[in-house]
Amino acid sequence: MIQLKVNGVERSFSGDSEMPLLWYLRDILGLTGTKFGCGEALCGCCTVHVDGEAIRSCILPVGDAAGKEITTIEGIAENGLHPVQRAWMDLNVPQCGYCQAGQIMQAIDLLKRKPKPSERDIDEQMAGNICRCGTYQRIRSAIKAASAGGAS
Amino acid sequence: MTHIQNVSRRGFVKGALSGGAFILAVSVVPGVVRANATEKTPADEATLHPNVFVGIEKDGTVYIIAHRSEMGNGSRTALPRILADELDADWKRVKIIQAIGDARYGGQDTDASHSVSGFFSIMREAGATTRLMLIRAAAEQWSVPIAECATDLHVVAHLPTGRKSAYGDLALAASKLPVPGRDELQLKPRSKWRYIGKDTSLYDLEDICRGKATYGMDARLDGMVYASIEHPPVLGGTVRSYHDDEALRVSGVRQTVLIDPFTPPHEYQPLGGVAVIADNTWAAFQGRKKLRIVWDQGPNAAYNSDTFRGELQETARQPCKVVRNEGDVDAEFNKGSKTVQAEYFVPHLAHATMEPPVALAEFRDGKVTAWVPTQNPQSVQDLIAKAVGIRKQDVICHVTLLGSGFGRKTFGDYAAEAAVLSKRLGKPVKVVWSREDDIKFGYYLPVASMYLKAALDSRGKPTAWLQRSVFPPINSTFDSTARYASWELNNNWIEVPFDIPNFRVENGPAQAHVRLGWLRSVASAYHTFAVQSFVDELAHNAGRDSLEYILDLFGPSRVLKLDIPGYTSEPGYPLDIGRLRRVTELAAEKAGWGKRKLGKGRGLGIAAHRYAHTYVASVVEVEVTDRGDLRIPRIDTAVDAGTVVNPAYVRAQLEGSAVFGTSIARSGEITAANGVINQGNFDDYPVARIDEAPYQTNVHIVESEAPPAGVGEPGVSVIPPALCNAIFSATGKRIRDLPLSKHRLI
Repeated sequence: MIQLKVNGVERSFSGDSEMPLLWYLRDILGLTGTKFGCGEALCGCCTVHVDGEAIRSCILPVGDAAGKEITTIEGIAENGLHPVQRAWMDLNVPQCGYCQAGQIMQAIDLLKRKPKPSERDIDEQMAGNICRCGTYQRIRSAIKAASAGGAS
Repeated sequence: MTHIQNVSRRGFVKGALSGGAFILAVSVVPGVVRANATEKTPADEATLHPNVFVGIEKDGTVYIIAHRSEMGNGSRTALPRILADELDADWKRVKIIQAIGDARYGGQDTDASHSVSGFFSIMREAGATTRLMLIRAAAEQWSVPIAECATDLHVVAHLPTGRKSAYGDLALAASKLPVPGRDELQLKPRSKWRYIGKDTSLYDLEDICRGKATYGMDARLDGMVYASIEHPPVLGGTVRSYHDDEALRVSGVRQTVLIDPFTPPHEYQPLGGVAVIADNTWAAFQGRKKLRIVWDQGPNAAYNSDTFRGELQETARQPCKVVRNEGDVDAEFNKGSKTVQAEYFVPHLAHATMEPPVALAEFRDGKVTAWVPTQNPQSVQDLIAKAVGIRKQDVICHVTLLGSGFGRKTFGDYAAEAAVLSKRLGKPVKVVWSREDDIKFGYYLPVASMYLKAALDSRGKPTAWLQRSVFPPINSTFDSTARYASWELNNNWIEVPFDIPNFRVENGPAQAHVRLGWLRSVASAYHTFAVQSFVDELAHNAGRDSLEYILDLFGPSRVLKLDIPGYTSEPGYPLDIGRLRRVTELAAEKAGWGKRKLGKGRGLGIAAHRYAHTYVASVVEVEVTDRGDLRIPRIDTAVDAGTVVNPAYVRAQLEGSAVFGTSIARSGEITAANGVINQGNFDDYPVARIDEAPYQTNVHIVESEAPPAGVGEPGVSVIPPALCNAIFSATGKRIRDLPLSKHRLI
């Protein structure tokens, strides 16, 4: 039996411990905000936080998340919107929107570690997240807007 | 968008209805055909419901139907905005309802960048019809002349007295009036437009940012099972035999199902193969790995893209079918003046939509209800009906949000798979394609070889121009015998608008060995690459400035009338060289063409064309480092799309187009060995990431009152040539075959 906490709720799972956390979240818990894009940690659509750090849930066995705290896009803001979500809205970042939960989760992680990220920090930390619609320049602007002190 | 988990099987929009609303006889918006009755929408059941696109409740809620698919193109917001504008509705009180596939809405195939251009007038008339009924109802209630009444935001006002009545309060009375005819409508003048031409955010913006928006991947039904399908590795292959004993031992796997191969032509049909049915997606994926299948590879097992490329190039060096001919190109070539020739090549490309193909379908009591991220729900109805042997009107196709489409999701093979499996299993089935399935079983953009030749005068301007393209036609998907291009020639090939007296366009034959389809910008992706690269080569050859040279080729501002058999320009959209010149000059001016000092390893390149009735030009700035790495610091794109509904989203589309075009140029390449596609995921089919994409794309919109045009695709295909022209400017290295990843830039 695997015990873990998802968005503050205690959960237990008795299924295949090799199942990636992504499919546990989506198919078992019905938390579909986290997306499937590649299954190989190549695109970042499935990014969630495990104990506060961004990881690719498509390759993390749910067994390895035992005892940990998982946060998904649905749980990132208890009330209202997270400042990064707000910045995403202010700058009209999304087009199709499918990758954006992963982008937002990655950006939150970046800003936690680098409150005022450089261009290079943004390149390095966001290069694992593909946006096929090509919203990168707005992602960059939104990260800057949400960073310490902000910038528009 | 409404979540569809745990809702009634009749479909998820029903639950949103208030009881008691009665239904008026439905009048038809001009040009829209009424089909058999299907599920009622909240608009259908609203108190005032003069046509299929809109309904007003007594509480003032305005329901507007979005009948085109939303995949990042913004049409789910833009089309209702047009209707709301003409209705003078308060946007905050508008609820958008996504239409199911239903012919009563007219065309729903969301491709070719034509949602706004095709439905601008229809949306306006739908809004104006409703507005007129509200005005007439108010005038009747107040016993005043209609001419003394007008609408303001969500109210009708009596102008002499200032008396007002809210839309909701008028809905019932208005519903009892006859629906006015088209000839009675007065559309608002442009000066009174409330929303058209003003920036707005996507209707679904907050849901998307909260992870609450529902894509096809997110569709769920109680009791559903998951399916993952092992397709024949080669197009046309079939299962000779298979063993599933090990697959069935995987935890969560329930059974396997053999899916029949298609009957040629493959069209939108499922490929066939073996489906693994499981309790969850992961188990289905794992079970598939344990299948042991013996294939008959079929007729395409000898397809090798390297060999094929050589064949295309060889064909393009010989005379081909003439599709446009002015003057006498051969006579000019034989005069002994200087000639220049070049060959260009663009490989197969895959769509790689962020959301892989996925569909949920339930076969029940001889009917199918499906939830599909599709660009083409009426086609999905046809396809499912045929695949499971029922009538089209017994297929309900709900359209979810699409995690991008780019043309791939007009092909509904994955939806038919779900329906076929549901019929076999007697329960709802969700078919999930892996990324590898998506890349290996696409409807690829054709691989194309182009040959161009020009004879030059003393200033280096062509006196004669020959261009040949050879590629397997997309019509091969619908006709196995197809060898020559047809409509693709209208994608920036036949209508190349140069002021050259002797001009010949040819197309050569090729046979398809993989499924072919349209991908964002379609044949323009290779045609514009060849033409706009060759222009730049000729400019440099003549020692002339590329901007000055391309403007010289366009010639003076004029409306170009091409008298070519089989070619017709769409009424209302003449090829206007003045508009083409203007975007070219604007992009150059904004980019500081000829004015900026760029420094070592930097260069600018330009390309311009018209596509989907939109005129677009891009100037790309590149930096090639000492190590040969490519950076794209800036792109300036000028766009004239006629009347623009949502400028914010036009800018977004053109920014995204620059990235999409960058992906094509940098790394887009699908190849095949023995009929099997070599690529499978984002490691071997890379697309541009944040550090490879243009750092900044500035979009400059030309103010225009011309009819609206498309913005999803035109900006894509100018990027590869502009980028390669910039690389030449920076390094002196000319790239004639894509992708750039095959080349060393220093």
